[in-house]
Amino acid sequence: MTAALHDRIDVFMAVKRAERPARRAAFSLSLPLQGFLLLAFFLPIAFLLIAAVGNPETRQILPQTLGALEGWDGTQIPPDAVFEAFEEDLKAAHANRTAALLGKRLNYEVSGSRSAVVAAGRLAASRPSGSFKDALLASNPMWGTAEIWSVIKRNGSAVTPYYLLMAVDLTQSADGLLRWADEDQGIFLAVLGRTLLIALMVTIGTLLLGYPVAYVLTLAPRGVGSVMLLMVLLPLWTSLLVRTTAWVALLQTDGVINDVLMFLGLIDEKVQLIYTRVGTVTAMTHIQLPFTILPIYSVMRAINPSHVRAARSLGAGPLSAFWRVYAPQTLPGVVAGCLMTFILSLGYYITPALVGGANDQMVSNLISIYINRELNWGMAAALGVVLLTVTVAIYALFLRLVGADKIRLG
Amino acid sequence: MNIKAQSSGQSTARNTTSKGSADKDLVRFQSVRKSYDGVHFVVKDLNLSVREGEFLTMLGPSGSGKTTTLMMLAGFERPTLGRILLDGKPVEQLPPEKRNIGMVFQNYALFPHMTVDENIAFPLRYRGIKGIEARDRIRKARSMVHLDAMAERKPAQLSGGQQQRVALARALVFEPSLVLMDEPLGALDKQLREHMQMEIKQIQTSLGITMVYVTHDQSEALTMSDRIAVFHDGVIQQLADPVTLYNAPQNNFVAGFIGENNAIVCDVQERGPVSVVKAQDGTLMTCVAPDPEDDGRDLRLMIRPEKLRLAGAEQTGRSNVFSGQVREAFFLGDHIRLRVSALGQDNISIRVTAWEGLSFQPGDTVKVACNVDDCLLLRGQA
Repeated sequence: MTAALHDRIDVFMAVKRAERPARRAAFSLSLPLQGFLLLAFFLPIAFLLIAAVGNPETRQILPQTLGALEGWDGTQIPPDAVFEAFEEDLKAAHANRTAALLGKRLNYEVSGSRSAVVAAGRLAASRPSGSFKDALLASNPMWGTAEIWSVIKRNGSAVTPYYLLMAVDLTQSADGLLRWADEDQGIFLAVLGRTLLIALMVTIGTLLLGYPVAYVLTLAPRGVGSVMLLMVLLPLWTSLLVRTTAWVALLQTDGVINDVLMFLGLIDEKVQLIYTRVGTVTAMTHIQLPFTILPIYSVMRAINPSHVRAARSLGAGPLSAFWRVYAPQTLPGVVAGCLMTFILSLGYYITPALVGGANDQMVSNLISIYINRELNWGMAAALGVVLLTVTVAIYALFLRLVGADKIRLG
Repeated sequence: MNIKAQSSGQSTARNTTSKGSADKDLVRFQSVRKSYDGVHFVVKDLNLSVREGEFLTMLGPSGSGKTTTLMMLAGFERPTLGRILLDGKPVEQLPPEKRNIGMVFQNYALFPHMTVDENIAFPLRYRGIKGIEARDRIRKARSMVHLDAMAERKPAQLSGGQQQRVALARALVFEPSLVLMDEPLGALDKQLREHMQMEIKQIQTSLGITMVYVTHDQSEALTMSDRIAVFHDGVIQQLADPVTLYNAPQNNFVAGFIGENNAIVCDVQERGPVSVVKAQDGTLMTCVAPDPEDDGRDLRLMIRPEKLRLAGAEQTGRSNVFSGQVREAFFLGDHIRLRVSALGQDNISIRVTAWEGLSFQPGDTVKVACNVDDCLLLRGQA
């Protein structure tokens, strides 16, 4: 046995050795891209994940207070030692101008704490006569409750689930239990659901409009076909902003569409098109069409026309032959095109911002609000993580449902 | 022209023995013409009858109109002019699915998303055949093509030969009276092709179905067919059984396309059923002319390589004898092929048995003889 086996192993190793240089060359050619992906894609995502759970403020600004709170049971007002430590921390914070930062962070969880912390900082810095604790309690009764101190204690850890929970409308109460966020704060699931709904509508729209076009493209004679393909590709060569602005011009109340409809007598008074769901979905569908058409077209082109002929010769009418023989073979392209459009639509930002109304804002718009207006990076990152998770989950679901071999993106 | 009259009696005799309803025409093309651009005709004035139960092959080079003819019969192309009768009824307006014709395509056209059984079941659902009867028919069709163990495979998991068999089973399972085949064996290797030829022929004879088969492979046509229609330039050059086609070609296209032939350029000296011609080097040759009337077309003297023999000293009276010089000798196993320059041409091919050919060297002078009956004076293509 062994001699023959050794021979086979030797041959196997020899094959590996002989192919190694070619493998190495191929691998080294892809190194620049791998490096680029690492820097431009994987590292930012890693930072995003960290930012979504990072919790540096309390830890850095109140180190002594957190130390003094360690033995506290969380039911009564903390002992005086805590207030003394708090005074020291606040003095430093006031000097470093970081008290507002702490106030902003605590304000996410206990409303009103922003001004309370800033006031306390000022109080600590001005060295009141008498006890700091009494002065503090007099300045804001909030400091006499266990709630604010347990929030401070909880935020002493380096990571917090707060942003991620908030992004799915959950909060953690002082005793650590999860509960649904208050109605005025719990808007994120609604926005996520709206994002999914708009993406779905756009996907269906592009499929209904794109599938026949892809089919006609495969039938058209070469010259006509290439002109048609050019028309399909043309939107891809124009900037997203330009196309969206063009839609604004078309959809606005004194815009082209309303004028034409009025002229034709189809409507009596101008309809609201811009800042509506209809306008958003229409504009997005237009922009996404090539992404749905191209994978379907490339799959359709590879289908042998003799299959439909065979079906006809075997007794199937034109519709039946199309539905039972042609359409199933286009499925890999349909799935790929829909997946591409759906996932790209989830991340739309400019179009809903310009064409949509208040009720058409998607997750990306919220993210941009948190980054640009609220300066709340934790919340922005958490929403980004939710969006990423949903995207990956949908991709995995598609893989599971139709199989990897049924998706042909190229 | 009346093509039916041209076909010899031999094939008819073969058909009558295998099938009771001989000479009933299942298909009839009447003055069918087909043009795609309105200027050029791919099929020019086609008149052709397919008898019930026969295996008819349409043979010709690519672009000869044979596939277009088949597609018109299947219903995928419409004749520009003329009529096609199927079982006595005109079908030019009938869509393919209403014609009840089984068809096997060049690349098999199996449905890749269906299993073998689903492919074979496809035509049954359109004929309301369900349940036990459908299962029974599928099983029979599958076992007829020796694929009993492959029911649940997808086409991609089958070899080329197996795919071919599935296509055949699918075209036969609904028992059509007519089966069309468009170069079905083109993609298979030589051995498998020869095996499938026999199998298809055997299935056709045992089921008694009418088959119209398109190929450009003349040996395939000779092996399988009851009758062969030789297509060239959109015209049937000759319609006959294989033996007649080989031995009595109508014109020099048929003579050259079926088997091999030496085409010798010549001047006619005496014209008649037995003619005398002069080759380019001045040699006078006596030959038979099947069609003695002149219509201005080029005439060629056609002699098959195996009818030429190396001559000894003595010759019988009705032979042509000429001499030539050996240019090359090719050893082909069971025979040797000599390329000889003679009669003013340097491409005369002679087939000799191995033992007598082995002694020749390039440059040797040889004496070549052939019977007058094997020298045919033929016109150019129709």
